[in-house]
Amino acid sequence: MRERRASQGIRRARDFESFVAGAAGRLLHTATLLTAEPRDANPRARRLLTLALAHTYASWDRLHGEDPYDSARRQLAVRFQRAAWHQYGGFGRRRASPDHGLARLTPQERLILVLRLYEGIAEEQAAALLGLPAERVRAICARAMATLLHPPRDPVPARMEVAPS
Amino acid sequence: MNLPEREAAVRRMLEQEPPPPVPPDLYGAVVRRGGRMLRRRRAVRRLLWLALLAAAVVFTVWAATVRPWVEPPSETTPPLTGW
Repeated sequence: MRERRASQGIRRARDFESFVAGAAGRLLHTATLLTAEPRDANPRARRLLTLALAHTYASWDRLHGEDPYDSARRQLAVRFQRAAWHQYGGFGRRRASPDHGLARLTPQERLILVLRLYEGIAEEQAAALLGLPAERVRAICARAMATLLHPPRDPVPARMEVAPS
Repeated sequence: MNLPEREAAVRRMLEQEPPPPVPPDLYGAVVRRGGRMLRRRRAVRRLLWLALLAAAVVFTVWAATVRPWVEPPSETTPPLTGW
């Protein structure tokens, strides 16, 4: 019994290690996009990723065939949502220092943009993950794209969609 | 620009940056934290089971001593004497 348990532990550690080796790069990129930090100075993103992966490690035996990457990504999104809520005193607040392209967006806009476009999650899935209606996710994503693609001083980005081009 | 084009443009913008370097001590930190989480979870589960067991034992002892299902002797009717 003990031997079987030990060998299970070894296999589990090996599986988890190869998962981390394969997924950490992309997940860290996602986390860095979420926190809008520069790529070589990203303490918040690293912390976020460490916590998300630690959670995946702790629930590794209860995944039951679920993709561990999905689980880690979900943790990342949920933890970022919660942290942004506490940190900025509101999920929709804009950050004070617009230094970086993505930093012009609110945390919520960034989260939805990164999940939808960088991670390629479907609108309905992203909506379910964040507890929002799908229409709202679509609207926030459109607003975030408009902010990113147009200069920051653009007063009414919605006009672009109304006017026939 | 229509929607797919804009989506593609934003996607390119997100992907053009080279990915950040993964810190070498990431795996160790993850296993340390994850192991702590696992141990804590296990301890909490054990504690809850122990509490449940203790509650069951206490209830059994109480029920065996107090016997709440036995009808108490009536105290309202006056004793029938001198009839």
